[in-house]
Amino acid sequence: MSPEVFALLGFGPAGWGWPLLKAASVTLAAALCGFFLGSLLGILGAALKLSRRAALRWIGQFYTTVFRGVPEILVVYLFYFGGSLVLTKAMNAGGLPGFYSLPTFAIGVIVVGVVSGAYQTEAFRAAYLRLDRGQIEAGASCGMSKLLLLRRIVAPQLLRFALPALGNIWQSALKETSLLSVIGLTELLRQAGTAAGSTRQPLLFYGTAALMFLIIGRLTGLALSRLEHRLAKPWSR
Amino acid sequence: MMDWPFLLDTFRQLIKGVPLTLGLAALSLAIGFALAVLVTTATASPLRLLRWLAFAHVEVFRGTPLLVQIFLIYYGLGQIAALRDSVLWPILREPWWCAILALALNTSAYTAEIIRGAVQAVPPGEVEAARACGMSGFLLRRRIIWPIALRHGLPIYGSEVILMVKATALASIITLTEVTGIAHKLISTTYRVMEIFVVSGAIYLTMTFLLSIAISAIERRLNVHQNYRRT
Repeated sequence: MSPEVFALLGFGPAGWGWPLLKAASVTLAAALCGFFLGSLLGILGAALKLSRRAALRWIGQFYTTVFRGVPEILVVYLFYFGGSLVLTKAMNAGGLPGFYSLPTFAIGVIVVGVVSGAYQTEAFRAAYLRLDRGQIEAGASCGMSKLLLLRRIVAPQLLRFALPALGNIWQSALKETSLLSVIGLTELLRQAGTAAGSTRQPLLFYGTAALMFLIIGRLTGLALSRLEHRLAKPWSR
Repeated sequence: MMDWPFLLDTFRQLIKGVPLTLGLAALSLAIGFALAVLVTTATASPLRLLRWLAFAHVEVFRGTPLLVQIFLIYYGLGQIAALRDSVLWPILREPWWCAILALALNTSAYTAEIIRGAVQAVPPGEVEAARACGMSGFLLRRRIIWPIALRHGLPIYGSEVILMVKATALASIITLTEVTGIAHKLISTTYRVMEIFVVSGAIYLTMTFLLSIAISAIERRLNVHQNYRRT
């Protein structure tokens, strides 16, 4: 590597080091917030799909079919254009004229959340179906309340069973954040694009972005597989 | 309440993008599959360099976003002077070929993993039995390993096919007017987000639904010998 490359990627006055690191943190933050929103939606979706009421099951099925079947970029457009449309209408109706739009970070979190929630629904549903019914009955016959049962028996095992699938979904969520560059969120890809445009070094900067995605994915993947091992410990004899 | 004429008009415009969407998916899947076969062969190679390259290929293309790969190819390749002067440049300059290249490389990494898993899932007993009958080399692969691996791999490859149809939507970002490209154009001119999302979403869902029916029909055909179990 030549010294000018170091200067471009470094933290000096001509370097893009800081902006890129900052953008990487935006990527990570959007992915994390979106993934946790997705977990809430996933648990809700799994509850809907496992419900005894056909109407609720139908809503859950509709949610997962639509958001797993439609390209993510269309979902980005839906919330980007649709969000500002709804917000502007609501504000105007409330007596505040003008044009309003959600911050792109919030849109990004919603998009990643809704899409990964659809996939997490399946992960949580499959994990719930793997639970041993007998354990729940045993807990109930020991006099555990529903909440205690959930906390002591259901939730820990649900997490353990769902974790491998959740790990894959997390990796997709992380990569999905790159689509948010299209609506102007300054995450890794957008920042790399800006740098590539002003220095005319697209190979270098898109390559760096790719490398940073790889590193973030690898490190978080490692942490997740550690967690998996720890949760599986009591069962490994 | 529903503006049917508008929905119908939107549908007429969006449907024009379907051939491009399906064409992108089909060609990149075909190229990607061929590449994946090469990659899986390299994974089992005695040469350490080849094994390492195959591993790196899978790791890089699965670990980075498709959009980054598209941008690297679309904007990045032009930076290489040797490539710009070569005979390949008229091809690599085209967004269509860039999209095909990126999609094919991307799916090849996932497909290589699917093939590897499918071949590993072939029961060792079957291979041993075939060897005991005197089969080896290509005959063993053609008669025993590949047919069994195909049955294991097809359901997973089916979901990869569907993911690829969805992935072609990103080609719209490098100016290709497939379904999503047209949808974006319509949204930014009419601002009727919900209707256009519903129609384009329905088009994608229909495509993936039909594909999944086709794939499970092939699966049923391949597993005809197991039908007695299901009755």
